[in-house]
Amino acid sequence: METTLIVGACQAGVQLAATLRDLGDSGAIVMVGEEAHRPYQRPPLSKGWLKGELEPDDVILRTRQWFDDRDIELIAGDRVVTIHRDDTGAGVAHTLGGRRIPFTRLALTTGASVRRLTLPGTDYRGVHYLRDADDAIALGPALAEPSAQRVVVIGGGFIGLEAAAAARQLGKDVTLVEGTGRLIGRVVAEPTSAFYLAAHRRRGTEIVLGARLERILGVDASAAGRRGSVTGVELDDGRIIPADLVVIGIGVLPRVELAVQLGLEVDGGIVVDASCLASDGRTVAAGDCAVMPNPYPAGLGGRVRIESVNNALEQAKVAAATLLGEDATYSTVPWFWSDQADLKLQIAGLSAGYDAVVVRGDPDTERFTVLYYRDDRLIAADCVNQPAEFLAIKQALAKGQTIPPEAAADTSVRLKQSFVDAPVAVAS
Amino acid sequence: MSTVVYTADDGTTTTIEGRPGDSVMETAVRNGVPGIVGECGGSLSCATCHVFVAPETVDLVGGPGDLEDEMLDGTAVERRENSRLSCQIKLQDGCEYHVTTPSEQL
Repeated sequence: METTLIVGACQAGVQLAATLRDLGDSGAIVMVGEEAHRPYQRPPLSKGWLKGELEPDDVILRTRQWFDDRDIELIAGDRVVTIHRDDTGAGVAHTLGGRRIPFTRLALTTGASVRRLTLPGTDYRGVHYLRDADDAIALGPALAEPSAQRVVVIGGGFIGLEAAAAARQLGKDVTLVEGTGRLIGRVVAEPTSAFYLAAHRRRGTEIVLGARLERILGVDASAAGRRGSVTGVELDDGRIIPADLVVIGIGVLPRVELAVQLGLEVDGGIVVDASCLASDGRTVAAGDCAVMPNPYPAGLGGRVRIESVNNALEQAKVAAATLLGEDATYSTVPWFWSDQADLKLQIAGLSAGYDAVVVRGDPDTERFTVLYYRDDRLIAADCVNQPAEFLAIKQALAKGQTIPPEAAADTSVRLKQSFVDAPVAVAS
Repeated sequence: MSTVVYTADDGTTTTIEGRPGDSVMETAVRNGVPGIVGECGGSLSCATCHVFVAPETVDLVGGPGDLEDEMLDGTAVERRENSRLSCQIKLQDGCEYHVTTPSEQL
């Protein structure tokens, strides 16, 4: 009998197990998750959770009954540390907790771990990261403390901005410190960055761009063995921003230790093909840990690692089918969302490699869309409080359609009516 | 508790006992009911939890909010008079809900 070992028990791992069963796999499925929690959703941790709107049960992915009914064994709170395989691809995994798990098929959904700040002072009490449930369980109550009035957020990406927005909504004095010249700079173009800068400032968040951090400041602990508390952050120009609480959100790093140990190709993540197959031709990988060929016909070539729920789910479905010997390839339009205060950002497609943007609507109204083009073809869009336009664009991209740039800016015509087919140019 | 009866496009029904406060979408996804995806986890971002509300349940759940109404224009299967995004339907204690799921969500 086949036994599939899934290392990692978050969105990708759970979806992979679900799809195996949906496709009729009757073999054993064992899933090992490092965290001592049932599989849960990550996105709410930086949104509703911080505002105190959610309980642990609100974020779980599947009920216990679901695992039981599908005969999926979930091992939570243990970590696979070594994997030995024979020439057939079968092998045995050993865990930190001393478990020995034989398998015939292997899936890596190991995710990503939070990027740590390598500066003095990060171990002061009141300094938080925000990646997993334990982080959120610690940060939520800390943020709710009336004594934590001054909050400094380090990092102007999605996590930092979502945390800053939540803290502002709780009435805190919030300062966000970003090292580069603009917000969410890795993902969006200047018009969207500029909008978020203005919108957060309107909502009372102080934002410092291009700021280099020197250290995190705190008071030393009085008693031996006790950590001191954070008092602020110091920038490299000597400026000090006082803080009762610091949230660090500077990105994540793919978890590739096991892939390296297995001798798989690793290049900014576990390298997989469009079928989610790793370089050994039998291990599959999916989710934040995997880099795959850019799925986007009109975008740049090369490989991409996509951090999103949608990507984790779609790759997991493909990986499950691949494990069962079916012919499956990733063919979704990647999409992302971020809720910050009352601002809903929905991004369709991958904008990397764009050569022009069109702004549709007036950003000052807090409802607008930025469309990204490459060689006059639509490749992606950022939609702010424009869910209908987001859905229309996502569907158009999936159908290989585009919209002429000059028509895209005309808000008197509904976007849905302006799409035209855009066959992919085939290189001769 | 609350009860939700999901009828798939092919007529098969699944009945789930739900937790009051959870949404019709969450109840479906956590229990593996086919026909509802709920990719965004219920944050009104993906429109993949579209349902048609049965006549006996319409009064109980009412109509969509503004943002939801806009998103219903972009669902995979064309919206109808009784369309809702099921992530926005929160279960009330002691109530029974009947919904039909469309043939596709993506």
